[in-house]
Amino acid sequence: MFTGLLDGIFNGLSVGSVLLLAALGLAIVFGLMGVINMAHGELMMLGAYTTFVVQNGFKKLGDPWLQFYIFFAVIAAFIVAALVGLALERGVIRYLYGRPLETLLATWGVSLILQQFVRSVNWVMIIGLVLFCLLFFGGLWLLQRRLDFERIRNWGIAILLPLSVAISLVIGSILSNAYGLAVTKPWFGAQNVDVTAPKWLLGGLPLGNYQLPYTRMFIMVLTVLCVLGIYWFLNKTPWGLRIRSVTQNRNMSACLGIPTKKVDALTFALGSGLAGIAGCAVSLLGSVGPNTGQNYIVNTFMVVVVGGVGKLVGTIVGALAIGITDYIIGTGILALLFAPIPPLANFFTFFATTSMAKVMVFFLIVVFLQFRPAGLFPQKGRAVDA
Amino acid sequence: MAVDVAVERSGIASSRRRALLIEAAIVLAIALVFILVVPLLLSGFRLNLMGRFLALSIVALGIDLIWGFTGLLSLGHGIFFTLGGYALAMHLKLQIPPTASSQLPEFMSLYGVTELPWFWQPFYSFPFAALAVVLIPGILAGLLGYVIFRNRIRGVYFSILTQAATIIFFNFFNGQQKLFNGTNGLTDFQTLFGVKVNAPATQYGFYVLTIIFLILAYALCRWLTSGRFGRLLMAIRDDESRVRFTGYNPTGFKVLVFAISGALAGLSGALFTLQTGIVSPNSMNIAFSIEMVIWVAVGGRATLVGAILGTLVVNFAKSLLSEKFPDIWLFFQGGLFLLVVMFLPDGIIGWLRTEGKNLVRRLTGRKQIATYPSLEEDPEVDYERKNLGD
Repeated sequence: MFTGLLDGIFNGLSVGSVLLLAALGLAIVFGLMGVINMAHGELMMLGAYTTFVVQNGFKKLGDPWLQFYIFFAVIAAFIVAALVGLALERGVIRYLYGRPLETLLATWGVSLILQQFVRSVNWVMIIGLVLFCLLFFGGLWLLQRRLDFERIRNWGIAILLPLSVAISLVIGSILSNAYGLAVTKPWFGAQNVDVTAPKWLLGGLPLGNYQLPYTRMFIMVLTVLCVLGIYWFLNKTPWGLRIRSVTQNRNMSACLGIPTKKVDALTFALGSGLAGIAGCAVSLLGSVGPNTGQNYIVNTFMVVVVGGVGKLVGTIVGALAIGITDYIIGTGILALLFAPIPPLANFFTFFATTSMAKVMVFFLIVVFLQFRPAGLFPQKGRAVDA
Repeated sequence: MAVDVAVERSGIASSRRRALLIEAAIVLAIALVFILVVPLLLSGFRLNLMGRFLALSIVALGIDLIWGFTGLLSLGHGIFFTLGGYALAMHLKLQIPPTASSQLPEFMSLYGVTELPWFWQPFYSFPFAALAVVLIPGILAGLLGYVIFRNRIRGVYFSILTQAATIIFFNFFNGQQKLFNGTNGLTDFQTLFGVKVNAPATQYGFYVLTIIFLILAYALCRWLTSGRFGRLLMAIRDDESRVRFTGYNPTGFKVLVFAISGALAGLSGALFTLQTGIVSPNSMNIAFSIEMVIWVAVGGRATLVGAILGTLVVNFAKSLLSEKFPDIWLFFQGGLFLLVVMFLPDGIIGWLRTEGKNLVRRLTGRKQIATYPSLEEDPEVDYERKNLGD
């Protein structure tokens, strides 16, 4: 029974560390901007797909390289997700500042687009997109050099937009007619793709009659490294100081000359990059599909709700607590523990499935919020709207 | 002097009454068009779709009530919608002819259930089921709202909690094969009051019923939002702390309006289920609940007509687009979210009310009444505007 509980805690920790990795970026962004990024799960998915691409690239390089692709994949996933996040912040979120509910809807729209994007992305699409961006933004840039730009701006957009859409559509269809399947075949398709862990991550550490898989341990180590890295960044670097100061009081920071817009963009990119790393970790646990992100977001949001904003430790405790509780209830360890008391045992057996455990955890979270409505470690302040 | 005021007041009251009468007449006329003319224009399939979308616009009204007027973004209305559907479907599943070999819904015998679970029992009675359609979702919404609003949890926190609740209910219903037939949901309805559910005439009856309920729901929302209650809701939306400082406790009002909105969702779900012939946990997925919000956003927040209009527009666009290009629908929907939030925050109706008016004015050549007429007329200001931009 004791080993069972230990096993539960160990596995719960490993589930919780994935959650933590996923929630870390979300919590930082939420603390800073008050924005819940519904596309966070899709950024994870992009990270996972990046891992898949990197793995395929390294397969061509051969064996000694293939063993270490995962390190490159982590970095690549971080960079890809961070860039997409940066584009998202610059293109959408900064216009919606101060309207968190609208941001939520807009980022949901982005998440839908990203999901469909990985399903149907192919060469024609990429070429068309690049062409469109070149034509549209290049045209705008040219127009900007004119003196009366402000006056003709709306007209410029009204002419440029349909023109560049039409040109890229036409070229796209010409290309797809000329080269056929070579350019129109989807890169990934709607099916799930599989990432295989390198050989040295297969197997596990025997622990009594139980084996602790190396992949899980790798994820735990990765999580610890990320947390330490973020902790160092936030507390020891000038930009970290700026981020913390804007989190505490945006107006005051702006008055003191901190470039809040740059801080926003940087933090959002950082949070998205962390989502990419989380996606890389998730890809080691199972196959990856366009819907991968959706499976994680709700739990990640719950971590933010439980942890409260403003302190990293809240997120850490929240993620691990939810992970462990979820695992212990879901695997029926509690039912075994309470076997001598039949009504309690029956009660816990009813919740001893993965999906029913989530029901229980949600119930516990709502109960918890009755006592700590602002989470475990709320930000102290005197504002009415804390 | 006093007489003047009294006369003026009665004048205002009578003109308001006249406006209300005109509105009622317009609503009735539109309803009659939908009942009598639209069935002639649309094929059976499209008419059924229209009926479904009209049912969905009831839930959109509910969302408009809490989001448009009160500023609470619920991402969990799929729960209430589906519960309403289940309440009615359970009654329908219990319409078993007495000659049948098993007096249980057929899926129960498949899973080896021998006795009807206790909570299925009351659903034999239609009045109970009909009440349950609105009361179960309403009470649940009230409870959920109470435990959340009591602690002044609001804004994004409220949204993601409702979203989590959606996942929870989805999981719960998915996991209960024996009680609710799990993922497959309840389907294959036979009769209601001895009439075949799938017969075209019955379906037309449901269509008319949907329109009647839609009018009633519209009237309810209109009544709620026009009086003091409505003003209070908008005050909560605009500045909740201030409402609290003026001596009101917003919790009760928020709980009440959330419960009403949940009840409307339940009603909508029941009507929808009648016309689709199936209710399953699938309608509790996250995407559907968020979609409901975008219907309202497209039509125009805080305009009741906008909620209905948005539902019809978006859903018809969806059914047409996903028939022709199934791949593109998600792109389109995502784009719609972005477009509406960023460029059309007031929705179609809101746009018509502001920009549309200006456009008509410009086209008809009438001058717009400016806030500062002296500036509008000033030739120097005019010259600067034209040549220097703004």
